[in-house]
Amino acid sequence: MGNANNNHPHGRTLRVDRLPHIWCQGCGLGIILHCYAEALEETGMDLDRVVTISGIGCAGRTSGYVNTDGFHTTHGRALPFATGVGIAKPDLKPVVISGDGDLFSIGGNHLIHAARRNVDVLVICSNNFNYGMTGAQFGPTTPSGIRTPTSPYGNIENPFNLVALVAAAGATYVSRWTVYHAQMLKNSMKRGLEKRGFSFIEVISPCTTGYGRLNRMSPVDMMRALRDFGKIKKVPPTEATIDPTREMVLGEFVDVEKPTYNDVFSSLYGKAGAS
Amino acid sequence: MSDILTGTHFVHGDWACAEGAIAAGCRFYAAYPITPATEIAERLASRLPEVGGRFIQFEDELGAIASVLGASYAGLKAMTATSGPGISLMLENIGLAVMTEAPCVIVNVMRGGPSTGQPTAGAQGDVMQCRWGTHGDVEIIALAPESVQEMFDLTIEAFNLSEEYRVPVFLLPDANIGHLYERLDIPEKNKVRTMNRKKPIVKPDKYKPFEADGSLVPPMACFGEGYKFYATGLTHDENGYPDMTTEGQDRLVRRLCDKIRRNADRIQRVEEYMVEDCDLLVVAYGITARSAMSAVRQARAEGIKAGLFRLITLWPFPDKKLEELAGRVKAVVVAEMNYGQLVREVERAVRPTRVTFLPKIGDEPPRPDEILTEMRRALYG
Amino acid sequence: MIELAKEPSGRQKRHRIRVNESFCKGCGYCIEFCPRHVFERTEEINDRGVSPPRVARPEDCLGCELCARLCPDLAVSVEEEKE
Repeated sequence: MGNANNNHPHGRTLRVDRLPHIWCQGCGLGIILHCYAEALEETGMDLDRVVTISGIGCAGRTSGYVNTDGFHTTHGRALPFATGVGIAKPDLKPVVISGDGDLFSIGGNHLIHAARRNVDVLVICSNNFNYGMTGAQFGPTTPSGIRTPTSPYGNIENPFNLVALVAAAGATYVSRWTVYHAQMLKNSMKRGLEKRGFSFIEVISPCTTGYGRLNRMSPVDMMRALRDFGKIKKVPPTEATIDPTREMVLGEFVDVEKPTYNDVFSSLYGKAGAS
Repeated sequence: MSDILTGTHFVHGDWACAEGAIAAGCRFYAAYPITPATEIAERLASRLPEVGGRFIQFEDELGAIASVLGASYAGLKAMTATSGPGISLMLENIGLAVMTEAPCVIVNVMRGGPSTGQPTAGAQGDVMQCRWGTHGDVEIIALAPESVQEMFDLTIEAFNLSEEYRVPVFLLPDANIGHLYERLDIPEKNKVRTMNRKKPIVKPDKYKPFEADGSLVPPMACFGEGYKFYATGLTHDENGYPDMTTEGQDRLVRRLCDKIRRNADRIQRVEEYMVEDCDLLVVAYGITARSAMSAVRQARAEGIKAGLFRLITLWPFPDKKLEELAGRVKAVVVAEMNYGQLVREVERAVRPTRVTFLPKIGDEPPRPDEILTEMRRALYG
Repeated sequence: MIELAKEPSGRQKRHRIRVNESFCKGCGYCIEFCPRHVFERTEEINDRGVSPPRVARPEDCLGCELCARLCPDLAVSVEEEKE
């Protein structure tokens, strides 16, 4: 437990005794895990302050590979758990790593309220356009028309634009990258770790055995798409459009300062006359 | 502002519960307003900032209970309060609390159900829900206060039990007790007994978060203490890592349940009134027990050797104690404000002694004379 | 024509590339995206059912570490060789 393995390059930030991980061949989550480990190392922050929290789904397994305090919650409830952690102990930095389904379907309500409150938490959302773990059913980010096991005639729903949604909810840092843009992703993670407030990073990630197979794309095809369709643009969040078959606008869209929930709550102590 | 408001007060049950929480050391409260528990949130919203605690009103009960677990794992004593519909929403995370052994207190000020039911009416209809509502094999602890004083005292007891056994503990008043105004005596601070979770004595590199000694309760490190541990709702081994083996499931489920079952004698509290020589035993809890007490006294005045067995702990259910008593009586009468819940546990415990059941469905607790009529019927036919 | 990084003495930097075959799941990202085509496919399948890449041209390595960064299995490491 908490035993840094000095023989491994990431022995301080990863539970190397649990590698190789369980994710599929080509899965973007491994790249996200690697970026996260490096971001933690490069910020030089006290790792005892970090609590890595995840929900249910493939992305939810991430917390089990990270060498910080970690917790694997029920589906959709990573954010309220993280809110409880951060409010109870303001010195801690909760980081939520979870998927598009966990954060925006079942967890959607908690997501927008945590952003609204500007709770001090970094949310890393792995968006692979489907519910990977249960077998590639469509989710809130699946493009219209895509066939999945629960949309055999093509998805009749419309997808969210996560960047626009989270920015509208009140987040103080919002960015979108793909796992191909790993260097920029890592830098965004560092920014989110060091910044106080609700930070959100959408990471477009290939689900090679789910979404990829359904759309007859090999892992390399999917990565090529990330490289070719990812376009870095400096635009307002509402213009950060995303269509995984044509263009995905990448970059940092919001980076502002606002008092966090804890900042404002602490001011109540003076009002209440706390000793 | 003091955390213990020593003195005599004339307050309602919800207020007493909130003050009991503060006295117990609760410094985190999260909830969603719901009749008839809202007053607990309102009292704590103003009191927690006074004592350096933290409060948050969540967008729903699912978030509230999830944040209580987060705060508990961050090291604070944490509580939420709701009513039946809120518990229904919280059931999944109640299972998570059991699975990850997160100390926490959950208050259910019970109201008429099922579903939206009668929000302002008292009931005792959720006594099975807290025990069986979540999926899988679990054991929890549940306490039933019968007065405003017990709302204060048993809230403290609930925190102490949850810290000692690393398990969610329910407090189950009904709406009548929640909104009843009565005298409350709050003692001096040094008379309030509080307990804290056992902390690890080993260094982080030797710590196994879910390894327990003979007590079956693992010492609990919290976030930020340098232990870098991992906890999950998946079945796990002593290291906290997922374990999908048959042996792992057997081992963990047994320990989580035996933790409570083997310590049941120490956990259970009952109040026995005139049971030593009784022919007829009345079993009741909460506000019903107050009517029952009155009925038992009236019965004694009539010459009936009646006795009262009041359940203070509903779960783990004190079946052994009841079984002993039942062997000596002719009949057992159970009164509940529902259509038959704990009576089933009583029947199971006292078999083959006859059990008569008086259901009271609706806001009004059974009157003493109603219980007395049932007692006479049970004895004389 | 990409200039290979040179040390002040004018000598090219050399890199050692390691592929941990017990972690590799054979996705092919390193082979596809290395700007210098350092890696090659192989036909052999190991006892994990995977065809790991072969480091065919380490002398062409730029040290950009894109392979290590894109490897989902944390199986690739790139180290500057110390003379």
